[in-house]
Amino acid sequence: MSGWLAARVAEVVPASASGRVLVLDVPGWPGNLAGQHLDLRLTAEDGYQAVRSYSVASVGAGERVELAVDEVPDGEVSPYLVQDVRPGDVLEVRGPLGRYFVWQPEDPGPVQLVAGGSGVVPLVAMVRAHAAARSPAPFRLLCSVRTPADAFYRPELEALVDDAFRLDWVWTRAAPPGWPGTPGRLTAAGLAAAALPPEAGPTVYVCGPTGFVEAAASLLVAAGHPPGRIRTERFGGS
Amino acid sequence: MAVVSRGFGARRREQDPALPPGQYLTTDFPVLSAGPTPHLHAGEWELEVRTETGARRTWSWEELLALPQEDVRTDIHCVTRWSKLGTRWRGVAVDTLLEGVETTAAFTTVHCYGGYTTNVPLADLVDGKAWIATEFEGAPLPDEHGGPARLLVPHLYFWKSAKWVRGLVLTETDEPGFWERNGYHLYGDPWREQRYW
Repeated sequence: MSGWLAARVAEVVPASASGRVLVLDVPGWPGNLAGQHLDLRLTAEDGYQAVRSYSVASVGAGERVELAVDEVPDGEVSPYLVQDVRPGDVLEVRGPLGRYFVWQPEDPGPVQLVAGGSGVVPLVAMVRAHAAARSPAPFRLLCSVRTPADAFYRPELEALVDDAFRLDWVWTRAAPPGWPGTPGRLTAAGLAAAALPPEAGPTVYVCGPTGFVEAAASLLVAAGHPPGRIRTERFGGS
Repeated sequence: MAVVSRGFGARRREQDPALPPGQYLTTDFPVLSAGPTPHLHAGEWELEVRTETGARRTWSWEELLALPQEDVRTDIHCVTRWSKLGTRWRGVAVDTLLEGVETTAAFTTVHCYGGYTTNVPLADLVDGKAWIATEFEGAPLPDEHGGPARLLVPHLYFWKSAKWVRGLVLTETDEPGFWERNGYHLYGDPWREQRYW
C-alpha cells in the first residue's frame, strides 16, 4: 500500500446539523471501492500528529475523494474537520483500506443497506456505485437518523430512488412534517416492512454507532437473515 | 516530512508514553466486529485445542472455569487507533491449555463461533502472553466484546484477541485469518504499527 498523500481541501459543504462533507483533491489517489475507508492524518506546527479513519463517500477511479464527517463532542480531530478546515488547507490521507465491507458492481445479488446516523457514508458510496454502474441488482437502504436535520445526503439519496433502489427512513426523535407514523427506533416490524426479506437472499451491510449496529444486526438475525450474510461496521464506544 | 495542517492541534490530548505510535486513549470500549454479535449459551459452548496431527482436547464451560484462573491487568490497542490502559481481565492462560500437548507447530489459527479466524504464532500465545478471558473489569465478558470467552493476546493489535473463541488449531504454516485476508497485517505489532499490508 502506498504511503501518505497530500490532500488539498477543495470544498467544504454543510451536510447535517453536526457534520459536513469534505471534498479533497488527492494527487496519486489510486481510486477506491464502495465501502472502503482511509486514514486521515493531521500534523500541528510543532509536529504533533493525530490519525483517524473515515469512510469514503466517493467511489471509483479519480483523485477527488469525498468524506462526510460528523462532529464527535469532545473529539480531537472531528471538530477541526467540521469547524476549522477551509478550502485550500492541506491534510494527509492513506488508503484505500478495507476489503470486506465493500460492494462491487460485478456482484449481481440483492443488497440491503442499513445505516445509523453518519454510518450512511460508506453505504452512500455503494448506492452511488450501484447507480453509476446502472446495476440491476435490487438495492435497498434503510436509514435511521434522529431528525431530518441529522440526515446526511438525503436529497441525493431521494433523487436516486428508482426501480432498482428503494430508500426508507426511520426517524428516531422527530420526523419531517407530514410524515406518517411516529418517531421511534427501528423495530422488527419496521425492518420487515422496509427491508428485503431473508428469502430474497440479500447481502446485508450495516454501519453505524455500536449500539445501533448491535440492535439492527440482532433484528436482522431474528428475522432470519443468516449471520454470515450480514457485514457490519461499528464506530464509537459501547 | 509531514504536511502541516493549518490551525490543527488546539484540541490535542495528553500524550502518554504507554500509547504506541498513532494510537489515542479512550475510556469507552469500542467494538470492531465483521458481523452480528453471536449470543452463545454456556451450555452449548466448548473450547478445543487441536494439533497438527489431529490430536484434540476439549473443555466444556464448567471444565474451563475449573482450571486455574489468572487475573491480568494490561493495556489494549485496537488497529482502529484507540487504546485502553490498565484494563482488568480474568481467564485461563493458554499455557494451561497447552500443558502436555506435543507439537512442533510454529503457528496457530484461532477459530471462533460465527466463523471468524485469526492467525497468531504459537510463541505469542505461550509463556504468560495470552489467555482465554471470561471476565472484563470484574464482570462476565459482554457478548459484544466476545462473551462468554475471547482470546486475550494484548501485546498484538486487538483483532488478534479473537472474540467468541472456539478453538486453537496448531499449524505448521502461517495461514492468514479473516482480517488478515482482508487487508490487515499478518502479525500486528502495535509498537511497530503493523496495521495493514
